[in-house]
Order: sequence, then structure tokens, then C-alpha cells
Amino acid sequence: MVRKFALLLTGVLAALLVAGCPPPPATQNPSPPPGPGLSGTLVLGHFASLTGNTAMFGESTDKGVKLAAEEISSGNLKVTVHTLDDASQQQQVPLIVNRLISQYSVHALVGEVASSRSIAAAPIADSRQVPMVSPSSTNPDVTVDPRTGKTRPYVFRVCFTDPFQGAVIARFVREHLKLSRAALLVDAKNAYSVGLGKGFRDHFTRIGGTIVAEESYNEGDTDFRSQLTKIGGVKPEVLIVPGYYREAGLIVQQARNLGLGIPVVGGDGWDSPTLTNVGPQYFNDCYFSNHFSPEETRPGVREFVEAYRRKYGEAPNGLAALGYDAVKILADAARRAGSFDRKALRDALENTRGYPGVTGQISIDEQHNAVKSAVIVRVDTSSGATSFPLVTTIAP
Amino acid sequence: MQVFLQQLINGLHLGATYALIALGYTMVYGVLRLINFAHGDIFMLGAYAGLFAAVILGVTQSASWGAVFPVILMAMAICAVVGMAIERFAYRKLRTAPRLNALITAIGVSLFLEYGGQLPPMIRIDGFDFPFGAQTKTFPTGILPPTQITTGTGLSLSAVQVLTFVVTLVLMVGLNAIVRRTRIGVAMRAVSADREAAALMGIPTDRVILFTFALGSALAAAAGVLYALDKPTIDPLMGLYVGLKAFVAAVLGGIGSIPGAMLGGFVLGLTETFVAGYLASSWRDAIAFGILILILIVRPTGILGSSVREKV
Repeated sequence: MVRKFALLLTGVLAALLVAGCPPPPATQNPSPPPGPGLSGTLVLGHFASLTGNTAMFGESTDKGVKLAAEEISSGNLKVTVHTLDDASQQQQVPLIVNRLISQYSVHALVGEVASSRSIAAAPIADSRQVPMVSPSSTNPDVTVDPRTGKTRPYVFRVCFTDPFQGAVIARFVREHLKLSRAALLVDAKNAYSVGLGKGFRDHFTRIGGTIVAEESYNEGDTDFRSQLTKIGGVKPEVLIVPGYYREAGLIVQQARNLGLGIPVVGGDGWDSPTLTNVGPQYFNDCYFSNHFSPEETRPGVREFVEAYRRKYGEAPNGLAALGYDAVKILADAARRAGSFDRKALRDALENTRGYPGVTGQISIDEQHNAVKSAVIVRVDTSSGATSFPLVTTIAP
Repeated sequence: MQVFLQQLINGLHLGATYALIALGYTMVYGVLRLINFAHGDIFMLGAYAGLFAAVILGVTQSASWGAVFPVILMAMAICAVVGMAIERFAYRKLRTAPRLNALITAIGVSLFLEYGGQLPPMIRIDGFDFPFGAQTKTFPTGILPPTQITTGTGLSLSAVQVLTFVVTLVLMVGLNAIVRRTRIGVAMRAVSADREAAALMGIPTDRVILFTFALGSALAAAAGVLYALDKPTIDPLMGLYVGLKAFVAAVLGGIGSIPGAMLGGFVLGLTETFVAGYLASSWRDAIAFGILILILIVRPTGILGSSVREKV
């Protein structure tokens, strides 16, 4: 009797589970017949951190993604985006990526910002043969399998990588700030932070700088005083924090509280309007490298910034611009492939050359990276609101 | 030397937070023999209650020492009520149940607060949402003046650190006075020594337990506000890790012992800080907790814990 009841209960639960799923999208068949001028609906799955520690990453990117989808959909080709939240947790990524592929039958994936989470998704994209475009993960291991050294066939990105970004920060510190004694504070568990820290260290020591201290923390930490006190003891001229905005904000605040007034420089992980939430008064002399600045004069940037402002009432940041470019690149690949077939999309993505994106000319190299210039922006809180004015552009 | 002194300040500051939370663990364990795993989440609620108080009192930008005390007191009052509610509705029914059941209920309450707190907001009062939502919120540090004390030798102390030391000291002295000198304090100690005997002597044990929860929760709330003033990004999961550390501090000091919890908190804060400051920062928790395991091997009942012999 009990067992019968349990069986019944399992049955009911399973039925509920099936019933609870959203209806499968209209384009169930992932490869509709190709036609001239390609019409039909390109279904994209965006996996993003909409909540949790790096909620702003997902939020900004998704705004760019949605804007691009909307713009493209005014033509023959329609783009539908399904965005799922991974709660900023790496272990959530395989779950939702598989869900996007199986349940939503997406033609291609867009995501993630955090490199650790893109690295978690990359093997799935490869094994299930679904093209994946990461808008802004900069760690090399996203597109290249570190164990075999081979480029992952289905994984692409529309941004530069950390060895380049690290070199950009190093050159900025040496040539622009003219400083040579740097201290590094990296997030030890985070592939992005470790990779960017290494990229900086390698190039900085090559161009005549010295690393006088190297300390680490863990994502989610809130107290950095012991590391900062130790760093302060060796009198560095500049502090490099290649981490994410939440910890970076607290680090800057606590450094200033400890009387450490030196310039603090970070990477694109700082790119969030909430960076200065800990208090705008701490952010004098803070800079970070980024993919994009709304002040750039490249063709297309002004139109993009205006369209973005109209839709969201704010200026786009680098992550939004890259999310926008990721979708545009996918639509471009679909047009050139003349089909939504995942294999054809992949081949077309691989042959992307000189696409005029808002973040720069995008050419996919043999390691599936986009080679582009970087910008250095300053954190400016003088007007009360936080903005990131352009300081300089550094070409590869 | 200057770096050493600065690390000492850092460690004491971190330890003060641990100590305030550890007191709640240890007091509840004293009267109920229950590890109240929801206590770390009361600390989280304290931070949000502080945000609520600052918004309601309109002092988010007041930049004065006078404004911070009503905020702390209001947060303490709110959390005292929440703590009593948890005791009344979650734990009282299980008074005679096996201890493990109460422990599991405590974990349930903890998860309820953490994930209930992440529900999308339904009520919005400018700057304060309820439930809190999963996004991190910014705690208004503008309540305090942006004072920064720097000594001639380069030692720095922020306004929050000064406030933390003062408030922690006052609360600990106050708690000691309550436990040692008042009737309810005597009753608490009696319940802690033997609940059944205390009941037979006419002590209203339920009321004493309720009071203990109120007291512990109020201390955690104070810790929550002080912590949020210093590290102004708060989220519904912030109590998880800090709560765990405070629990370790309570065990380290000798669970059930009030001076032990205070000492344990400071020992843990200092150990963590000095390990990160003088050894490798990536090994901070591993080495700090390794040291704690060693202490517990040498003194299994904690630094100030006393072993009570089971009477057969």
C-alpha cells in the first residue's frame, strides 16, 4: 500500500514537473530550411548572473543582448532570447546551459561574463555542438582547452583576453602613471583574477616594473585589512586589484581607511555602476581597463549609445556593449551561413572577419578570440554620480 | 612595529564582531543545549533592520554620532522581537523532543531566513525593500561622520572601528551586569545549570529562555549594524559565513561560557588577521582553523569551558 502510494506520488510529481515547464518554443526544429535573405527566428539562450555576487554583470549584459535582438528583429530575421539566471554560481551553469539546449532548443548560446562560469559552460557547448559566444570572459581557457591546448571548436568570444589586458594595465601604469613599484591583490579562486594578475605581472616585470607584494583573497570576503596592512608595509606606488566590482569596492574603501592613498588599478571586472556604492569619496585615483567607453568616436558608437539611452535611460557600460556585439555577431553569422543549423553557424562564426562592432572591429582569430584595442577609464565621482571617463586607448 | 600594531587593531576589530555574535550562540546553548544555527541569520537581519531604522528615522546622510545610536537600538529591538518569535514558534514545541530535532529545526529556520530574505521585494519604502531581494544592498555609511583618525606613526582607525570598540565594550559590560547582578540573570544561570531543577524552584523557565533569545539576538543585531557600517554591501546570505566563524569562536572559547565567547571571538579574529598578515593570505582560513583544532585537542571543552561531570 505504502509503495503504491509512493509510486502514485512520484507519478503526480513527475506530471507536475512536466506541466510546470514552459511550452517549447515555436522553432522546435533547430535547422529550418535556409532561404535567401534568411528569414525566420534565431533562438538564443543567454545564461547570465542576474542575482548574487556579480548580479550587475548579468544585468548589464542582458540589456545589451535584448537591445541587439530588438534592433535585428525589425528586419526579416527575428531574434528571440531566453535569459536564465545562474545566481553567480559556477555549479548552476551546467544545469541552465543544458536546460537552454534541451528545453528551449536554442540555436546558439550567449554567456557568461565571469570566466570561471564560461569555462564551466564551454565543454557542454562543445560536446553538445552548440555554438557559444562569450561576450566578455577574458580568460584564455574559455576558448582553448587547457589540457589539450586545442581551440574549443564551438566556443568563441567577442572580447580580448587577459594576457593582453594585463599588458594594457602594465603599460598604463608604467607609461601613463609612470610608476614602477606595484602590489597585486588577486582573488585566488577566480580564473579571471588569477589570469589577469599573471598577465599584468608578466608584462610589468618585462617593462621595468617590480611587484613588491602579492596577496590574495576569496570571492565573497569582506575584510581585506590584514592583506592591505601587509601591502602598505612595503610601500608600493600602485595597487593592482584584478577582481570583481563588489570586492574591489570594499578593497578600495578599506585601503583608503588604512591611509593607503596610492592609485588603485583594476580590470574590466570593475565595470559596474555599483562599484562606488561603498562611498564615492574613496575613489580618487582609481582606474580600470575596459572594452568600451561611450566616449569613443568609432562609427556606430554614438548611435548605439543613443539607442541604449532611449531604451534604458542610462549610458551603456562595456558589458552591455559586448552583449550587444555578441548577438550582432551571431545574427551576422546566421545571415552568412544562410541557416540556423548549429554546425553552419559555427563555421560562419569562425570566418568572422572585420565585423564593425560597437566595441571595435571584430575578427575571430584561430584561438576564437577577438583582437581589439582596450581603453583605460578613470573612476569619477566628483559630480555625485559615478561615471567612467575615458583616459586613454591602448592598441594591441 | 607600526604594521604589527595596525594588524592588532584589524584583528581586534574583526574579533569584536565575532565575539558579539558568539555570545548569542553560547547563551542559547547555555539555557537550551541547542546550537541555534539561525543565529548567523539574525546577524544578517540586524544589518537589514539597521538599514530600515536609518530609512525610517531619516538619518541615512546625517553624518553624526548622535544618529547612529538610535539606529543600533532600533535594530536591536527589532531583532530581539524576531529572536523571541523564533523561539516561541519554532523551538518551544520541541522542548521535550530529542536534541537533534531542535538542531534540524534551527537549520530549517536558518534556511527560511536566508532564502525568504531573497524573495523579490513586495514592500518598498525608499531605500528599504521587504523581503530584501537577492541583490546586494548598500548600507548607508553616511550615518556616521567620515572621521578618520591617523596617528603620527601612521596608524589608522576609522570612525566605524572606534564605534565598534566602544559599543562592543559597553554591550559586554552591560551583559555581564545583567547576568551577574539582576534577578533575570540569576534565573538564566539557574536554568543553565539545571533546567528541571530551576523549574521546580519556581523559575518561569519559558520566560527566561525567551529573554535569553531576545538578549542574544539584540547583540547579533548590534554586530550586524556595526559590520554593515564598515562593509556596506549587505545581502541575505551575509550571515552564513560570519555566523559560522562566530560559532567556531563560541566553541573555541568554551560553548556555554559567556567570557569564553568574548575571548573566543577575539582569539579567532586575531588569529585570522595575523595569519593573513604574516603568513600567506591564501592560507588564512586553513591555518587559522588548524590552530583552532589544535587548541581544541589540548582543551576539548574550549579555552574557558568547564567540563560538567555526568551524574549517574
